[in-house]
Amino acid sequence: MSRRTSPVIPGFGLTLGYTLVYLSLLVLIPLGAMFVHAAQLTWAEFWAIISAPRVLAALKLSFATAFAAAVINGIIGTLLAWTLVRYTFPGRKVIEAMIDLPFALPTAVAGIALTALYAPSGLVGQFATDLGFKIAYTPIGITLALTFVTLPFVVRTIQPVLADIPREVEEAAACLGAKPLQVFRHVLLPALLPAWLTGFSLAFARGVGEYGSVIFIAGNMPMKTEILPLLIMVKLDQYDYTGATAIGVLMLVVSFILLLLINLLQRQIAKS
Amino acid sequence: MSIRRFALAALASAIFAGPVAAAETLLNVSYDPTRELYSEFNAAFNKHWQAQGNEAITIQQSHGGSGKQARAVIDGLRADVVTLALAGDIDELYKLGKLIPENWQERLPQSSTPYTSTIVFLVRKGNPEGIKDWDDLVKPGVEVITPNPKTSGGARWNFLAAWAYAQQKYGSEEKAQEFVEKLYKNVPVLDTGARGSTITFVNNQIGDVLLAWENEAFLALKEEGGDNFEIVAPSLSILAEPPVAVVDENVDKKGTRKVAEAYLNYLYSDEGQRLAAKHFYRPRNQAIAGEFAKQFPELKLVTIDKDFNGWKTAQPKFFNDGGVFDQIYQAQ
Amino acid sequence: MSSVTLSASASANAARRGNVLGRRLLIISAWLVFVLFLVLPLFIVLSEALKHGFGTFFGAIFEPDAISALKLTLLAVGISVPLNLVFGVAAAWCVSKYEFRGKSILVTLIDLPFSVSPVIAGLIYVLLFGAQGFFGPWLREHDIQIIFALPGIVLATVFVTVPFVARELIPLMQEQGTQEEEAARLLGANGWQMFWHVTLPNIKWGLIYGVVLCTARAMGEFGAVSVVSGHIRGYTNTLPLHVEILYNEYNHVAAFSVASLLLLLAVFILLLKQWSESRINRLKASAGEE
Repeated sequence: MSRRTSPVIPGFGLTLGYTLVYLSLLVLIPLGAMFVHAAQLTWAEFWAIISAPRVLAALKLSFATAFAAAVINGIIGTLLAWTLVRYTFPGRKVIEAMIDLPFALPTAVAGIALTALYAPSGLVGQFATDLGFKIAYTPIGITLALTFVTLPFVVRTIQPVLADIPREVEEAAACLGAKPLQVFRHVLLPALLPAWLTGFSLAFARGVGEYGSVIFIAGNMPMKTEILPLLIMVKLDQYDYTGATAIGVLMLVVSFILLLLINLLQRQIAKS
Repeated sequence: MSIRRFALAALASAIFAGPVAAAETLLNVSYDPTRELYSEFNAAFNKHWQAQGNEAITIQQSHGGSGKQARAVIDGLRADVVTLALAGDIDELYKLGKLIPENWQERLPQSSTPYTSTIVFLVRKGNPEGIKDWDDLVKPGVEVITPNPKTSGGARWNFLAAWAYAQQKYGSEEKAQEFVEKLYKNVPVLDTGARGSTITFVNNQIGDVLLAWENEAFLALKEEGGDNFEIVAPSLSILAEPPVAVVDENVDKKGTRKVAEAYLNYLYSDEGQRLAAKHFYRPRNQAIAGEFAKQFPELKLVTIDKDFNGWKTAQPKFFNDGGVFDQIYQAQ
Repeated sequence: MSSVTLSASASANAARRGNVLGRRLLIISAWLVFVLFLVLPLFIVLSEALKHGFGTFFGAIFEPDAISALKLTLLAVGISVPLNLVFGVAAAWCVSKYEFRGKSILVTLIDLPFSVSPVIAGLIYVLLFGAQGFFGPWLREHDIQIIFALPGIVLATVFVTVPFVARELIPLMQEQGTQEEEAARLLGANGWQMFWHVTLPNIKWGLIYGVVLCTARAMGEFGAVSVVSGHIRGYTNTLPLHVEILYNEYNHVAAFSVASLLLLLAVFILLLKQWSESRINRLKASAGEE
């Protein structure tokens, strides 16, 4: 690893400067505008908005479904990445290419297609109806949509790391008598964890904010299936800009803290 | 190199061949169910406008949820005219944006509402649940589809119609609130807009009854061939009044006042009224309403101004944060 | 098939044999996830689009409003992707070649747009440039339109795709280290020469990969653009917004036709990406042999 500062390589000032200016103009100042707007509120007013029962219900729902989706992706994604990296099988290249589809598919199209599939009369939904439960218009449907939209995150962050772990390491461990689970715990897990965490947190954060694909399948019932981004839209449609920005600030702060924590955790793991 | 040059040329041509504004354009910002009406009306008006010796104009359309559209205009969407679902949304153009005068509604006949509609029920063919009136909607097991009144103008008319029925039948506001609470317990999906609800009911086949604008219900029948649905008129409903207004601030800046005013006035002309009726809106002109009498059932209708003291009272009481609608859901 | 793989290392044969079952299971479940999650939605979109045959399909795609939506989408992509490309290279450069304080905050900031709700991404530009926003009165005075016009659509698109190129390049450039660049400098190359002749060839395929993902995402962005577009038919509607409008007009076949156009573009882009990735792997493999 040659990650040391090199005085020979030019461009530090230029690239850092450009990065900071670009980020400031396009991301930080606009996001700052939201904070400034929300700052018109006193703490008490801010608290009253974000602790309203409907907001709390949406908060719980958004974070719970996003978490569930991230966990599902954490498992499915790891298995997928493993299969794609370690095995050659018919269709591997096709699957490999299509994993990114949820990134590329417009979220509204994804929402419409998923609703068509999982609504009680839909292709898959009717089987669920026969079994006596509902997918669309319940938190299950929201989790499903979020799992779809964030599928690529875990797969894509784990894949390169997996590819870098030499097969021989596992084989050596196996030859020394380690059971597959032990190999996984002692050899693979430590190496994969940082990347897995990144993928997990990206999927989680994205899931909390997702709008287009969810509103079609969510049902949007207040207190039950109403997600936070929809609540922002609802506030906006009542011309309540400050209320909308208050929820926006809340979401942003939570996401940022989460991402930062994970970044720090990763560093910790990398050091140890 | 050649690829780069090609890409640059393509980009340049895209920039210059992009939407080029014609000599005069008029932007009509409207709500969801009026798409079909205005695409036909725009063509008719353009012909009329040219017949009067003017140059042809380009009429642009923008559709979406009524509240969302009003907000876009307040935020700077340069609408020459707005044709929205309820007066409350246009009021905000004065309150928040100072884009129009306070008395905007007095500037055109009939409180600036050239056509009206009402709220009816759309049920599946043969009416398997036997739905005849509002009382049938609160029966256990009946699934009612209506959009979210927080985001949809049409949904607010639905809500108020149910409220008016219950208040008249059961005599008090408490009873009315109990009634709508029961009704909303039967709602499995709250879409964000009227069109979204129609699609949920018609295409995704959710629910037993759809509360819809009369024009939206007729349109759904027409689009779907009329084989799978029928319309049920309740014993009492509400006169839904979607008003129109010229956005003064914008037309004065763009110099389009004359054509914008002519455009709205043409809605009141015989041809405008006939087009409205053709697209299942009830015309204001009695003579023309007579021509289409067979199409529209006679209904007992309450009005927003007489029975609810106008939107200025109804909006905060029922739909703002903490209002009746929020109470219904927080009680559950 | 399996025997070919197994012959690679005789000593591991025993260990592997036990894994054959697990391996089959994994491959089958990968296929299952693929079919249930990725193919079925595709299938729904395409089958709805072709319900009434190719005539209506092409009719919907070549309809003037769809064409102008396509043009607007390509234009927005054509502006925002190069911007993020330059940004991505610069950001990856300073993050991967130097150590400095606050680096993990900077990396988190680069990732931030991934986790900002698209609704918020649109809202912030409305707060800045809307008629009631911070710059609203000034913009109105000078008759400059940002939101509800092309600049707003581009801004929203840029915002949601900021991290893609940088995200792709940072790990790649960190792995490559700085020796080659240092050597170039010692041999007398100036900064630009070093960049063009040493760094760029090394990161070329990673760069293409990032650009491809960025393009795909930019084309499909819905939520953020929807907030700042104004939805003027034929003027400020991008393709994803046009899909929504058609869907809301009972024009399902047309909606799904335009959606499948977007889908085909996305698949084409992903195949391009796959191709660039295989090039990366080949490069890596040849580098490993050296």
